[in-house]
Amino acid sequence: MADVTAPNSAVLVQSNRSSLHKLMQRKSTIAFLMALPLILLIAILVVYPAGYAIWLSMLNKSMSKFVGFGNFEFLFKRQTFWDVVFQSCLFAITAVIFKAMIGFVVAHFVHNIPSKGQRKWRGMLLVPWVIPPAMSTLAWLWLFDPSYSAFNWILAHFGIGPVPWLGEAGWARFAVILVNIWAGAPFFMIMYLAALKSVPDQLYEAAAIDGAAWWQRIWYVTLPMMRNIIAITALFSLIVTFANFDITRVLTSGGPLTATHLFATWAFKVGIESGDIPLGATVSLFMVPILAVAAAFILRDINKRGSEV
Amino acid sequence: MGSKVSRRRFVGGTAALSTAMVAAPFVRGAYAAGKISIGFWDHWVPDANKATEALAKEWGEKEKVEVQIDYITSNGNKLLLTTAAESQAKSGHDILAINTWLPARYADQLVPVDDIMADLIKEHGAVNNTVEYLGKINGKWLAIPATAGSQIKGPCSRIDLLKKHANIDIQAMYPAGQAPKADDWNLDTFLKAAEACHKGGNPFGIGLGTTSDNVDTIGAIFHSFGAVMVDAKGEIVIKNDQVRQALEFYKKLMAFLPADVAAWDDASNNKFLVSGQGSMIMNPPSAWAVAKRDAPKVAEQCWTHGFPKGPKGRFAPFLPYFWGTWNFSKNQSAAKSLLRHLSTAAAAEKMCNASGGYDLPSFEKLTTFKVWAEAAPPKGTLYHYPNPHNHQTLSIAAAPAPHKIAEQIYNQGIQTQMAVRYFKGEALEKTLDWASGELEGFMRN
Repeated sequence: MADVTAPNSAVLVQSNRSSLHKLMQRKSTIAFLMALPLILLIAILVVYPAGYAIWLSMLNKSMSKFVGFGNFEFLFKRQTFWDVVFQSCLFAITAVIFKAMIGFVVAHFVHNIPSKGQRKWRGMLLVPWVIPPAMSTLAWLWLFDPSYSAFNWILAHFGIGPVPWLGEAGWARFAVILVNIWAGAPFFMIMYLAALKSVPDQLYEAAAIDGAAWWQRIWYVTLPMMRNIIAITALFSLIVTFANFDITRVLTSGGPLTATHLFATWAFKVGIESGDIPLGATVSLFMVPILAVAAAFILRDINKRGSEV
Repeated sequence: MGSKVSRRRFVGGTAALSTAMVAAPFVRGAYAAGKISIGFWDHWVPDANKATEALAKEWGEKEKVEVQIDYITSNGNKLLLTTAAESQAKSGHDILAINTWLPARYADQLVPVDDIMADLIKEHGAVNNTVEYLGKINGKWLAIPATAGSQIKGPCSRIDLLKKHANIDIQAMYPAGQAPKADDWNLDTFLKAAEACHKGGNPFGIGLGTTSDNVDTIGAIFHSFGAVMVDAKGEIVIKNDQVRQALEFYKKLMAFLPADVAAWDDASNNKFLVSGQGSMIMNPPSAWAVAKRDAPKVAEQCWTHGFPKGPKGRFAPFLPYFWGTWNFSKNQSAAKSLLRHLSTAAAAEKMCNASGGYDLPSFEKLTTFKVWAEAAPPKGTLYHYPNPHNHQTLSIAAAPAPHKIAEQIYNQGIQTQMAVRYFKGEALEKTLDWASGELEGFMRN
């Protein structure tokens, strides 16, 4: 039988103090404390509204009764909802693919400009991304305007048109995607440009010695070196594009018929304009699982990249 | 020296005081009522806000109440969002301008104003059925019809183009200062005129998007056919001959409209008229007012008049604004007092004058102010705008459906969507099936 001695209280206090001291000395604790104001801000501005939206989505139309997943079940039976799902996917995927392609090409052009004049090109090419989309889309609205379309005016000089840019479902979808590409491509360009600059020149020199053609240098050197940044940028853009509101709202308000409605614009139509806030909240929450999958990919890629580094 | 108060006397006195406080009208003291906050609709017409500002301040000075006014734009649905936010937060303005469908939406949160409305109707005459349908919910008036912002969206035609292309003298049909002589102005004449103007290169500019102007026009046409989609009891009755006739009419009409009307918003028709391309739009006089500034030659040829008559009568869209007070407002008695002040005939005339005739009071005795008779150019262009001879029934699209259904039919533009679908080649019964499905979705509580 072992002797058990009662712990000395003074020793206990001292050991608690030293463990607290150790805790405070740890880098992770300091990092957490420094990030705490931001965490609280996010909790107030993101977590609370998100929680409130979930709560709203489980209420009936008059917000007087808890209906569980009733609103979600209701939406599954609506043809307009499935149209919105299709259009959101079409809009986001098409726009991201084109933004990535244009960004990639333009980044190469800019990369090959001598460094002396590169800065002004970078600045100019970033302009569409820097202007608030609600404002720049107004200019596009004027270009597509049914009565005063500048595009149609130019086309008329060649005996073409008038094109119903916003009046036909196909053209209207084309128009909203085009404006999104115009506004978003510079983001890809600047990200890809940064990635290009980090590719060591020796790799290209080695490839050149091996007799690699230009496309082989892109395929076997550039793309593998940019793989992570391409994935992260594309997925990040997918999230932002999926949740887009302003471009469609200003350009078509979801029309003609409901041909250009996205989750966000339809949620606004149903929730705010038509007075069914719970259903509007439900529509907007449908973005969450889709965006969560995208976010998971981003995090996975970041981790992978981190471990590679 | 002290006097002893019995318990019975104390209770009696307190009860009498409480009753007097609850029942008494707003009585001013030196800042007794403190402060009142008002959220007015920010008017399209430059300087029109000055009328409401002057009226509110005049009342504040008289009653010794500090008045704080916010002018909230309806652009980008800011006013709608403000109303929703105040309703959710249960905090906000003591008086708020609320748009057409909102008295019903916020029925549980608005203070009844039956006492004020009874006095106003006695003084200014009855309000039209549309105002009653929108503002009187379950037998209670929940908001006061506001002069500022209320409007009839009747036809605004080009005198010269209608004469040139369709051989119609619209001024003779709707002479200034006289009752209309428009017995022949019916949907057949309207359709023939639309065709003639289209052929002449100046089509009618009637939108078929899902915004208010577009929905208001089709709503009035539906009413003139007697086409009801959901009846007053909330039953879906869309598959009827009147709805089919209205859609057939629109199919014919759309062939004579610009190709992209399905994408029009509330600014498109205004621009179409001001550009000189259009021979007719359905709008309050704001388009004419802009033309007066930007295209005076177009403005000189504009004439606002009544809707064409259909098989079930002559209907025109009326879109009233309301002023309401939340039941969580801290200063309800002062708010009610101010609402009375804003609703006098003199106040209404000031608002109509400041807005160049755009604003419309909802009471039948207040439709003959000088501003409409004297507006020019051309003189008399707005004479028929306020429906001074009760020539047409003022209506709202989707009525008489219960408000919570009607509001969704209206805001989601179900009628215009039906017209566009059918025009684009969808079978009529398929269009009706689609609309029926949407309506079923609106029935949820």
